Amino acid sequence: MTLSLNQKAAILSIVLLAVGLLAWEAAIPAQKTLEEMTEYERLTGGGAQKAGVPPPSQVLGKAWEQLSNPFYDAGPNDKGIGIQIGYSIYRVLTGYALAALVALPLGFLIGMSPVAYKALNPFIQVLRPISPLAWMPLALFIIQDSEASAIFVIFICSIWPMLINTAFGVAGVRSDWVNVARTHELGALKTAFTVILPAAAPTIITGMRISIGIAWLVIVAAEMLVGGTGIGYYVWNEWNNLDLTSVIFSILMIGVVGMLLDSAFGALQRAVAYAE
Amino acid sequence: MSKPFLSVESLTQKFPDGKGGTMTVFEDATFGVEKGEFVCILGHSGCGKSTIMNILAGLAEPTSGVVKMDGFEVSGPSLDRGVVFQNYSLLPWLSALRNVMFGVKARNPGWSRAKVTEHSEKYLAMVGLEGDAIHRKPAQLSGGMRQRVSIARAFANHPKLLLLDEPFGALDALTRGTIQDELLKIWSGTQQTVFMITHDIDEAILLADRILLMTNGPHARVAESVEITIPRPRNRTEIVEHPNYYAIRNHLVQFLGRRSKELSGRPSNGEAQTPETVRIDMTESAPTGGGGEENPRLRAVTN
Ligand SMILES: Nc1ncnc2c1ncn2[C@@H]1O[C@H](COP(=O)(O)OP(=O)(O)OP(=O)(O)O)[C@@H](O)[C@H]1O
Ligand SMILES: [Mg+2]
Repeated sequence: MTLSLNQKAAILSIVLLAVGLLAWEAAIPAQKTLEEMTEYERLTGGGAQKAGVPPPSQVLGKAWEQLSNPFYDAGPNDKGIGIQIGYSIYRVLTGYALAALVALPLGFLIGMSPVAYKALNPFIQVLRPISPLAWMPLALFIIQDSEASAIFVIFICSIWPMLINTAFGVAGVRSDWVNVARTHELGALKTAFTVILPAAAPTIITGMRISIGIAWLVIVAAEMLVGGTGIGYYVWNEWNNLDLTSVIFSILMIGVVGMLLDSAFGALQRAVAYAE
Repeated sequence: MSKPFLSVESLTQKFPDGKGGTMTVFEDATFGVEKGEFVCILGHSGCGKSTIMNILAGLAEPTSGVVKMDGFEVSGPSLDRGVVFQNYSLLPWLSALRNVMFGVKARNPGWSRAKVTEHSEKYLAMVGLEGDAIHRKPAQLSGGMRQRVSIARAFANHPKLLLLDEPFGALDALTRGTIQDELLKIWSGTQQTVFMITHDIDEAILLADRILLMTNGPHARVAESVEITIPRPRNRTEIVEHPNYYAIRNHLVQFLGRRSKELSGRPSNGEAQTPETVRIDMTESAPTGGGGEENPRLRAVTN
């Protein structure tokens, strides 16, 4: 029997996962029960549940428990994982959408006009390398609202790749294609939408994909700072509770959501791609 | 004398030569094209044919000089001047059909989608593209098919002036023949004026009323304007039997092979460079009127 490349890869993935989980499980020393401990250990606090790295079986149990009821809400410090992720996604998408609203038109302008490019380039070059979290104190001070500050941080971190890629894509549109629009007497707006936008779309979407990835990285850190809700806050909160099982479970969830966001943009990228 | 339909007056194009100086592609080129005329331009690669065409299309500004169409100065591109670009210039994200529809929609903004589609399909069929091929993207088409889409896009818009930059360059001999016939059919049925660049002498003789000959660059000139004294309708198998065919053909070969080099590189000194009219007609018993000028050329051709 011959297997296709995909089948072989899938089998290998599963084997790697199983081996990894087994190694992890085996590496964790079992917790001693109370009776096994010496007097000394009991006196020095060893009797308290020790915060060790949990084995995968525990994490899986946690995942089952959480995912079977993801949207429960039992007060500010006890919300389901679904609610926490929902908050994070809401913040990311809001900040991201605002960034797109600014970056796409501005990028178009910069790409079309060498003057605008030259004029705005120094600002972009200085602002772009700033870690988005460095804006947080300033945002908190000016906006006076932690929720809006988190969204602002997402805004500021997702704007740059979109802006730069849009400008780059628009500036790189082949003059032949623009000439086609010109010989057909298309107005500026029509040219922008029927020729330049589709021509630059692959580059623009690539920028948007990079942006959503960065935004998802940043939201976790931002929520650890501002607190209250969100997956970042959840991780931090569970760490403070010394509930490492939840921490590991939420780390995995962060990865899964990030992957889903990325593959959504991957699909979009394939939809607008064209071969020359 | 009334101005021709398309009048090119003292057209000069200079480009930076990359070493800090300038390179003159052509200088003070002056010629006209009558309404409904089919003109081919022949010249070696790099002499400036595409440059002239871009200026005629309004896509490029000449260094100096003007182009007038219908008495109005050409400034910027227009739907009245349809262009088939040397590199097809199809939009790669649109299917063949959508590429043609793109042009038809621009020309006829009021048309319904069904009408636009029908009109586009008609012109694609005219250049031999039918069935599922028209729903493919340019990257999935052969070079010749792409070129035909580009031709269909230009023809479908009925521009007053059709500018064709080596439109049949990527076609095999057979398709080339069919499309040449289509072009002749479309052209004779309309009042369209055609200005076409080609490298193919036989194609030029088959299609053109007049052939403009360019010398080599830099400082290229439109040196001669050769009338094709073969009556229409022409047919590729019959024209070769016409007594003028080989005389004209030899003249063109001579020019491209030898004289295009000899005549090149002469600065204009500011004078308008009009092409010399050459009329070769072996069916006329004796050359009349201005024949003194043509005689030596005739000899050069026939001996
Ligand atoms: N934008 C430009 N900048 C500098 N030089 C140019 C530019 N466009 C064309 N040239 C030069 O002008 C000359 C004429 O170019 P053009 O494309 O008109 O040639 P052509 O006659 O169409 O040749 P071919 O038959 O190979 O298409 C060439 O020497 C070319 O290098
Ligand atoms: Mg050319």
